[in-house]
Amino acid sequence: KEEEETKEEEDLSDSEDSVFSGLEDSGSDSADDDEEEEGSDHKGPEKDDLKFVCTIMTCSNPKGCNLFDSVQTSAVYGGSIHDVVVLQDIRNTVGNIPMEWYKDFPHIGYNLDGKKIYKPIRNKDELDDFLDKMEDPDYWRTVHDKQTGSDIVLSDEQVALVNRLQRGQFGDVNFNEYQPQVEFFSQDVMLHPVTNRPADKRSFIPSLIEKEKVSKLVHAIKMGWIKPRRTEDDSRGRYYDLWANEDSSILAKHKMHLPAPKAPLPGHQESYNPPPEYLFTDEERALWEQQDASDRKLPFVPRKFSSLRQVPAFPRFLHERFERCLDLYLCPRQRKMRVNVNPEDLIPKLPKPKDLQPFPTTQSLWSGSLYQCVSIRSMAGLSDDGTVRFWEVRSSRCMRTVQVGGAVKSIAWNPNPLVCLLAVARDSVVLILSPSLADRQVVLSTERLLSGQREAESTEEVGPVTWSDAEGEELSQGITLKIQHPKAVHQVTWHAKGDYLASVMPDHSSHLQVFIHQVSRRRSQNPFRKNKGLVQCVSFHPVRPYFFVGTQRSVRIYNLVKQEMTKKLQANSKWISSMAVHPGGDHVICGSYDCRLSWFDLDLSTKPYKMLRHHKKAVRSVAYHRLYPLFASASDDGSVIVCHGTVYSDLLQNPLIVPVKVLRGHVITHDLGVLDVTFHPTQPWIFSSGADATIRLFT
Amino acid sequence: MGGLQKKKYERGSVTNYITRNKARKKLQLSLPDFRRLCILKGIYPHEPKHKKKVNKGSTAPRTFYLLKDIRFLLHEPIVGKFRDYKVFVRKLKKAYGKTEWTAVERLKENKPAYKLDHIVKERYPSFIDALRDIDDALCMGFLFSTFARTGKCHVETIQLCRRLTVEWMNYVIASRSLRKVFISIKGIYYQAEVMGQLTTWLVPYQFSHDHPTDVDYRVMATFTELYTTLLGFINFRLYHSLNLLYPPKLDIKAESELKEEGDDDDYAMNSECYLEKLSALSTSLARVVSTAEDEEAQLDKFPVEEEDLEKMEAREMEQKQLEAHKKLFEGLKFFLNREVPRESLAFLIRCFGGEVSWDKSVCIGSAYEVTDETITHQIVDRPNIDKQYINRYYIQPQWVYDCVNAKILLPVEDYFLGVTLPPHLSPFVEEKEGDYVPPEKLKIMALQRGEKPAHEEEEEEEEEEEDDDEEEEEEDDEVEEKNLKKLEEQRSQGKSLSVKVTAGKVKVNNPARMEQDEKAEEKRLAIMMMKKKEKYLYDKIMFGKKRKIRETNKLTAKRKAHDDAEKSKKKTRK
Repeated sequence: KEEEETKEEEDLSDSEDSVFSGLEDSGSDSADDDEEEEGSDHKGPEKDDLKFVCTIMTCSNPKGCNLFDSVQTSAVYGGSIHDVVVLQDIRNTVGNIPMEWYKDFPHIGYNLDGKKIYKPIRNKDELDDFLDKMEDPDYWRTVHDKQTGSDIVLSDEQVALVNRLQRGQFGDVNFNEYQPQVEFFSQDVMLHPVTNRPADKRSFIPSLIEKEKVSKLVHAIKMGWIKPRRTEDDSRGRYYDLWANEDSSILAKHKMHLPAPKAPLPGHQESYNPPPEYLFTDEERALWEQQDASDRKLPFVPRKFSSLRQVPAFPRFLHERFERCLDLYLCPRQRKMRVNVNPEDLIPKLPKPKDLQPFPTTQSLWSGSLYQCVSIRSMAGLSDDGTVRFWEVRSSRCMRTVQVGGAVKSIAWNPNPLVCLLAVARDSVVLILSPSLADRQVVLSTERLLSGQREAESTEEVGPVTWSDAEGEELSQGITLKIQHPKAVHQVTWHAKGDYLASVMPDHSSHLQVFIHQVSRRRSQNPFRKNKGLVQCVSFHPVRPYFFVGTQRSVRIYNLVKQEMTKKLQANSKWISSMAVHPGGDHVICGSYDCRLSWFDLDLSTKPYKMLRHHKKAVRSVAYHRLYPLFASASDDGSVIVCHGTVYSDLLQNPLIVPVKVLRGHVITHDLGVLDVTFHPTQPWIFSSGADATIRLFT
Repeated sequence: MGGLQKKKYERGSVTNYITRNKARKKLQLSLPDFRRLCILKGIYPHEPKHKKKVNKGSTAPRTFYLLKDIRFLLHEPIVGKFRDYKVFVRKLKKAYGKTEWTAVERLKENKPAYKLDHIVKERYPSFIDALRDIDDALCMGFLFSTFARTGKCHVETIQLCRRLTVEWMNYVIASRSLRKVFISIKGIYYQAEVMGQLTTWLVPYQFSHDHPTDVDYRVMATFTELYTTLLGFINFRLYHSLNLLYPPKLDIKAESELKEEGDDDDYAMNSECYLEKLSALSTSLARVVSTAEDEEAQLDKFPVEEEDLEKMEAREMEQKQLEAHKKLFEGLKFFLNREVPRESLAFLIRCFGGEVSWDKSVCIGSAYEVTDETITHQIVDRPNIDKQYINRYYIQPQWVYDCVNAKILLPVEDYFLGVTLPPHLSPFVEEKEGDYVPPEKLKIMALQRGEKPAHEEEEEEEEEEEDDDEEEEEEDDEVEEKNLKKLEEQRSQGKSLSVKVTAGKVKVNNPARMEQDEKAEEKRLAIMMMKKKEKYLYDKIMFGKKRKIRETNKLTAKRKAHDDAEKSKKKTRK
């Protein structure tokens, strides 16, 4: 409690300070009035000889003029009055200093005579203070005076004054703040001047200070440091004929200029009332909501309103405009040549297939059995059940069936028309069949060829390959010779003369992949000393002593006489499946398992002259026609494509390749379509055998 | 072999391009200033043909500017103004910091400003160039003129935009060059043919915008700055081409009439009053030389050869149609109810020569009252109206728009009060062969040809027939492939079936069909022989075509389903 009280005390004292300061301030305001009022009392007798009036203003209080005295000095000088108000405590002469300085002294200052003023003996402690507070009815109006160190009890008038001042009122009760103003300078022209003071000299001499300032500004304006006030610029909205004199020469500057494309015009779906088909169904809407904003076909959902007044503001309007702005200045522009072609013009103009006849067009014959491979003389087919069958094409009658006792991989008729022989690859054995279906002379010449073999038989013996005559039942079926290979044989092929026979045993690791057999002398040889990749197929050049070996990625051409490689054809495909040599000998086609057919012109380059991507699936077999300018390819997609391929004797003219017919018919079984394809030697007919166990003839 | 080793990326296309950052450094500008400069000068990035080469082997995404463009910017006087402005801001800040108010005042008075006249002239060396690029300017102007006059941008900009767009609309009215309108969900599209240039602009609906936070208004304001300048000069030139006063003045007669009313103060302050009067679009503009009537420019007839004669006739026909279109609403008197968009409709009707008025309390400049007996059409957008006059049509606003697009006065029956409106179609869609055409469009086309609209039932039948036709056409499109497939199927089936001996059917060889098949086969074989590149292109084109057909089919199917549903509804009601 006591602490609180002391605080109150402090507060009070604070307020007192403020009161005093208020007095000081208001004093200057009301000085004139006070002076006039009181001056009449005190100064009256001294007035006559005074130029300097000193007034002592006294606040009326019970202890006389002991509290404050304001010494007001009015200096009257030539009619103008300067008031100087000094507040002064006349009991203590130390002046307006912090009284703490006298904290440690027994006195607190000096009186007018220069004697020390001693601090009153103060033996009040907190308890006394409290008792005072409780008992003294005037405690609340008791104020401690720091200057004299005494306690002063404020009188009623003083309390009233403090209250008034705290309320912000004038200190003087009688002061009328609303008294009418006496207008000294009124609009009325008075008879006499207010002052009669002559004008100063400086009033009619140009001011040097001003001149200095102005010259500074002038200098600054001259130097362009500051600009004088500009005339109001209203040119923003003022327009004139900008293009009054157009010159097109500027246009040349803008050669690279690409004008921004105009914003696309709205379609029906943007209408506020679109036809019903343009509105989204629920699914479309769900899809639209799911899609990312960049994937959406329309940037908004079409909506229908029954009348114009119901159309709301478009929420993304500002966004769209802003995006357009961004496009205009941020989007890189590029001149794009829009391909504006008629798709029909892209299709190459080829000679009509009609003009390129004959070629096989329709299927005319088919027979069902398990066939893998066909070869034509009259016609031979072979099957997985270990038989080789012979048909006569003319009558389509199965003439013979030969049991060979094992799955047959490949068969080939002897191309020599004077000899009727068939080579059959069964496992690791190549069988030479003499079906004796031809006329007598041919049979005789065949016999002669085979007998020739016998003579030579004894002379030579090759290591890995053994020749042996067939005996007994096999001989009665027409099998005359057996050539035993070390590994399974995949392909057999004849030389055009009909004496040589090549067999392929694909193997990664061995150089024993190809054998060339001479039937008349019963001799075999392995032409290669090195393994140059997996051999896929081989073929003889029809005229010259060349030998084609198709490996996985390339076709090598060997000169059999010089025993060297002459060319290496890059097929540009992953895996060559088959190969055929043009009867002229200058062109080769290669089918590959990656759906391509490459045509090589040997005179042109080692790269394909043309890549034909006709098939959708692996190309299994390719074939040239012996007489007609035709070639065909068989593929796993179940189609045989017959193409016209004219080769000109003129070396400058490139071969003309035109697809003429897509022959379908084979059914795809186990992802295999057509396995082998062969042309009729004289007619424009084609035989194909498929995985659906059929042989089909297209004529 | 002498000589230094050639360094990479020092010649060729690299030297033509410069990255954005390098350009910025070269110009010594901050990024916002650089952007502003690019916007004003119309400099945009270019996409190099071989990006990796230009990017010095890197594949980092970068924007490239043409070096020539940037060099061109180096000499731009406006760059200096940008720098001045930067200095100005710095000085102002300093003055504020030192509380030197006089200095602040003085600086503010001397705020650097720039004009874009020379840029406009430079970007658009000829007037036609400027007209070609006016679309975006108009869109932006109309958008900014709808902004509230607080916050987002300077009030002066908004006022200027409003003034310029009003001037533009007045010009379009005076020249009668409006061609198409379209009410979309975004706003109203207008298309005018000004000096042979088709100009399209979009006016948003009169609602306050809720300003999104992810839109940079500074960019838009910069664009607007340029566009207002451009638009002003274009307006000036256009007004002068029509012998109109610029800035536009109302016709003296009209002005006096308006003055008689004398209650301008109700609408706007004095300063804005004139603009308001102009934007009412109700009165014609004053001309420099008052001519009684424009002489219609007759096409001169030259002695022409026979080939050109047809062309000439066609052109004349077109001209006649255009003239008729321009006078579409001539002689009609419209009254707009207060709930319809006044500005748009007044603009439209005046563009086509109609008279238009509205309630006095809606806007300044109404010419006559509702009670006027000579009013022919009253445009109303509410379900019903209490007091109806017998001698006028009460129609919904869509009628006006549809009439403008159809270029004829459509029958008003479909647009009466409370009637379900026919769909509003976009006039900008020009259907090519094979595209989907909504049946409503076909109907309008029939009306344009002068065929009388038949009774509803017949119409429906017609529609059905049309549908059938369409379907047939589609079938024709697909015939090629289908035929082939059929043939193949027949073949394969024939083969697999003929294992058994069945009674042979007589195959009728249709020679036409055979020929078609042959041709199709030929085509397919030729396609096989195409080069890889061409094949790719061909496939792409064909894919696009097929997709188009698919979309058309989808729309047709949807429409049919909708119509069927409608019909069944009708039946159940009956």
